[in-house]
Amino acid sequence: MQGDEACAEGAIAAGCNYYAGYPITPASEIMEHICRRFADLEGRVFIQMEDEIGSMASVIGAAWAGAKAMTATSGPGLSLMLENIGYALITETPCVVVDVQRAGPSTGQATRPAQGDVMQARWGAHGDYEIIVLAPWSVSEMYTETIRAFNLAERFRVPVILLSDEAVGHLRENFAVPPLTRVYHREKEVGSPPFGSSEVPPMPAFGEGARLLVTGSTHDEWGYRRTSDAHAQASLVERLVSKVRNHLDEVTAVERYLCNGELDVLLVSFGFTARSALGAAREAREAGRRVGLLRLRTLWPFPEDEVRQTAAGARYVLVAEMNRGQVLREVQRVAPNAVGYHKTDGEVITSDEILVAMGNLG
Amino acid sequence: MVVPLGSTASILKYIRPKSFPTPFCPGCGHGILMGAILRAIDELGLDMDSMLFVSGIGCGGWIPSPHFNADTLHVTHGRPVAFATGAVLFNPKLNVVVIGGDGDIASIGGNHLIHAARRNLDMTVICANNSIYGMTGGQVTPTTPLGAMTATTPKGNPEPPFDLSRLVAAAGASYVARYSVWHIRPLIKALQKALLHKGFAFVEVLSSCPTQFGRRNDLPTPARMLRHFKETCVPISRAKDMSPEELAGKTLIGEFVG
Repeated sequence: MQGDEACAEGAIAAGCNYYAGYPITPASEIMEHICRRFADLEGRVFIQMEDEIGSMASVIGAAWAGAKAMTATSGPGLSLMLENIGYALITETPCVVVDVQRAGPSTGQATRPAQGDVMQARWGAHGDYEIIVLAPWSVSEMYTETIRAFNLAERFRVPVILLSDEAVGHLRENFAVPPLTRVYHREKEVGSPPFGSSEVPPMPAFGEGARLLVTGSTHDEWGYRRTSDAHAQASLVERLVSKVRNHLDEVTAVERYLCNGELDVLLVSFGFTARSALGAAREAREAGRRVGLLRLRTLWPFPEDEVRQTAAGARYVLVAEMNRGQVLREVQRVAPNAVGYHKTDGEVITSDEILVAMGNLG
Repeated sequence: MVVPLGSTASILKYIRPKSFPTPFCPGCGHGILMGAILRAIDELGLDMDSMLFVSGIGCGGWIPSPHFNADTLHVTHGRPVAFATGAVLFNPKLNVVVIGGDGDIASIGGNHLIHAARRNLDMTVICANNSIYGMTGGQVTPTTPLGAMTATTPKGNPEPPFDLSRLVAAAGASYVARYSVWHIRPLIKALQKALLHKGFAFVEVLSSCPTQFGRRNDLPTPARMLRHFKETCVPISRAKDMSPEELAGKTLIGEFVG
């Protein structure tokens, strides 16, 4: 199965029952597969909207009507969606946005992989907020991490971005569909404040008698606009940030490969590039060099504790990514000796290239 | 005491008590439109628990949010029709009403408007058209009349305006009507038809903005603006028998598609 198709299947398994999208390479297969599959399923709504802005808007409208809603796009589409992703952040709307990255900026290379949207996914909307971004590296994870994205969105009432790339999205691999361990559903309660009191407030749907007052403006716990109220703004932003940061144990996921004992080189990577990094680490181990890999399965909130601890025992830290160093700078905050191997030519980074880069260290 | 349907006393129950006073300027037509919408709902006996009001940014967006005591979704600039699309497609039992200004609905939101009309989605879109960006200081919009003075057309608007009702009708809406806040009884009737209509219903409401539009265009008082609607609006039925010369500068009102 293809990565994009596995993403669609994962969404269906997670209970996704609303999909709105707009065609874009290399993400279109997600929309096409969902469309085909929804046609034979009860209670699932699909629409191809007029653009990405409308797609994201209708996803949020559906989520407030009670849906588990999703859209998928690539970098140019994510740029268009970001204002409404900001709206989802301030209104605490659970939803999933898949970004199958391609090389940019702008139209760039539509059919080539890149990992240049790391910072856009984190900071693309304006203002202060915390967002969750996951980075799958396989077809199997396009399935499982899409489910995790929905569960985290429902758990924390936050938009979750699944940050994939063309190489993973168009990759074909066999994978065993895992048994579902848990699908999380948002808490509902009519009559309690939907925007405050608790860390993650309950969220009733439209039409359930809650007479919801939902606004993208600064608001109090019942949704009344409080745009001149310094305390309302400060406490709202503080809660939007802390409700995620207080639960990093539920959000953060990293994987360590060959990281036992003292390390000569710690490779840090994510997405498709981490596969090449693992290959390089294995080859280096066979050649007698102590090399390990830290793979970032959650990119945001950035797993800085895990990076700091793992990097502490390594002589060198090498961050491999298909961009000019967006994750490198984050790693350097906690491991100042880290250096990067970057590539932005629309080709994937290979194990051999990482081996050469490691050979150039020290 | 019996409170007559559609009266001021009768519609107060549809308004959130904490939402007064309204943010509208003195003489703003949006208050009249707000009353007309609630009177239409009251006379029809619609259940507010099944209604969803979606609005965007600007004075028009504040008509339902926070005033209306129902589910309200106050969204990003220009996008209320797209947000409403998701809500009504996922839950067709919702009676979805979009309320926004001409800048919101017809300028930044113009693409969503024509596509929702083309799809004939089951929603009512009410455009409070005051031909100006009111909240941001009186800039030109796609419905500002040719030659009109605004904050960004110091020599008069050089661009012809959209005829919104005909645009939406051409896009495929199955109910389209236009009235002004002067024509209050036919407006309420049109709103009622729109609210009951299955499919995409569009009601364009010419609304007065003496603060930003009127004072720049020789219509400086609320009464003068309302009289302007009375003098320049011509029912479609009467316009059939009028010459192009007689119709110059006039605005057609009535049902365009019904």
